[in-house]
Amino acid sequence: MKEPLVLGIESSCDETGVGIVRGTTLLANTVSSSMDEHVRFGGVIPEIASRAHLDAIVPTLREALDTAGVTLDQVDALAVTSGPGLAGALMVGVCAAKALAVATGKPLYAINHLVAHVGVGLLDDGVYGGSLPGDLGALLVSGGHTEILRVRNIAADVELLGSTIDDAAGEAYDKVARLLGLGYPGGPAIDRIARTGDPRAFRFPRGLTQPKYMGSAEAPGPHRYDWSFSGLKTAVARCVEQHEAAGKPVPVADIAASFQEAVVDVVTSKAVLACREHGLRNLLLGGGVAANSRLRELTAERCAEAGISLAVPPFSLCTDNGAMVAALASRVIMDGRSPSDLAFAPDSSLPVTTVSA
Amino acid sequence: MILLVIDTSAIASAAIIRWHEDGSDAAVLAQFATEDTKSHAEVLAPGVRALLEEQELGGADVDHIVVGVGPGPFTGLRSGIATARALAFAWGTPLSGLMSLDAMAWDVLAAAAPSSDFLVATDARRREVYWARYSPSGLLLDGPHVAYPHALPPLPVYGAGAGIYRDKLAEAGAVVMPSFDRAQPTAASLGLAAVERLARGEELLDTAPRYLRESDAQVPGPRKRAL
Ligand SMILES: [Zn+2]
Repeated sequence: MKEPLVLGIESSCDETGVGIVRGTTLLANTVSSSMDEHVRFGGVIPEIASRAHLDAIVPTLREALDTAGVTLDQVDALAVTSGPGLAGALMVGVCAAKALAVATGKPLYAINHLVAHVGVGLLDDGVYGGSLPGDLGALLVSGGHTEILRVRNIAADVELLGSTIDDAAGEAYDKVARLLGLGYPGGPAIDRIARTGDPRAFRFPRGLTQPKYMGSAEAPGPHRYDWSFSGLKTAVARCVEQHEAAGKPVPVADIAASFQEAVVDVVTSKAVLACREHGLRNLLLGGGVAANSRLRELTAERCAEAGISLAVPPFSLCTDNGAMVAALASRVIMDGRSPSDLAFAPDSSLPVTTVSA
Repeated sequence: MILLVIDTSAIASAAIIRWHEDGSDAAVLAQFATEDTKSHAEVLAPGVRALLEEQELGGADVDHIVVGVGPGPFTGLRSGIATARALAFAWGTPLSGLMSLDAMAWDVLAAAAPSSDFLVATDARRREVYWARYSPSGLLLDGPHVAYPHALPPLPVYGAGAGIYRDKLAEAGAVVMPSFDRAQPTAASLGLAAVERLARGEELLDTAPRYLRESDAQVPGPRKRAL
């Protein structure tokens, strides 16, 4: 089959992304972010993100088409993130994509955002060069999600092995950065200052690691591969308060380093455990927090010990973008799957088992 | 000339209107409207596609797109504007906005000859209404605003916003017009109002949404220190 020219739209959080691929070749990856508008709030404000999507969507579309050097008429298919994500934000991309489908008569594919993060692995010159390995796991860590997936067939068979039961890891970074007065976004700020601190200065909790949650490989507990970061955040707050109450200076770098170590330790140990126990020999690391230096380092170290091959896409393909949506849709199309009915609704909690709706 | 009109300020609706540039002969060729105010993202695109198919029109046949720019609840309002902007981009069609309450003012004038200034009101949720004041000839005099019903001027009020807050409006001296107490802005009426203005050579609006409310986001205060 001829390689389809696919335009993908992403608007599930604070990035308005439009990507264009031909088969597995990336032609454009244009992203407009409203991150700066969220700084003073210390986190993504859904309504502000949604307003920004409305104003960014057409300029981003135009720029992506220009970059790719193609016209809308030449595109074979359209794709859009239909979930999971912020409901009001998803709505803007979905409405724009449906309108393009009406205007052009092209088929539209509603695509799962989380699975699309893995879809970047399909791109040529990417981490797997056009086709994914069979025994693939994906660890997604961002401000919006923390998940470990098992990918048997990216177009049709994806399973959620574990996820956070409360905050996303990136969200925990933002909250702790605020406690420490380090600003937003918290990930880069904490990563930077943690390098000057002692990661063993404080022993912060690793959530859901007690035996009653873990169980054993044969008899897994209820949260063997799940994470929780709310207790960690509370522990950091208490630590800061204790220093303040004692009239002592807050050891910001040590707390940042110890917090980061707690997050990265529990994220990587559970992800590697999930891979080992499911025979996954390859792990793709995605999401915005994949840029975190300590996360990359420890993931690489533990994967190497476990004989797992680790792949980390370039940063512009780890953060939310439209290219990943187009890349996954392209594979879904080449797999011969049907386009979505135009009446589909965005689904803020779309499960990973629904790759395309 | 063919006009495609979309409004999602309350219910979701779309219409195709044909008119001559001298303003004569304006006619609604086809229209659809939902009953509910929550399904915009699902129904709007299939609805527009069905209208075009029914009239055997393609993008090249549409001369102008007009979209209601509210006021209306945020997410619903955006779905219409996002749809209109993307259609206009894809077709290269001129795009304008029109204040959504103008649609109901047009309906009021079409149904009766008001003897005084009148108000149009829709449901703004949170116990408030979106409202605007019009002259007996349908000229927008004040608004749009978002306010508690008791703050409205004591005039006849038309629209679903009036039906919901009948008692509060009555206390404030306003008169709820019974035949309009469930009325919502529709794309068909918005389009007819738009055509009237275009024929008079008037400019329409841009498509910036008239949210009338901030995003509700609170800048977090300084963290309390434990002393
Ligand atoms: Zn994401």
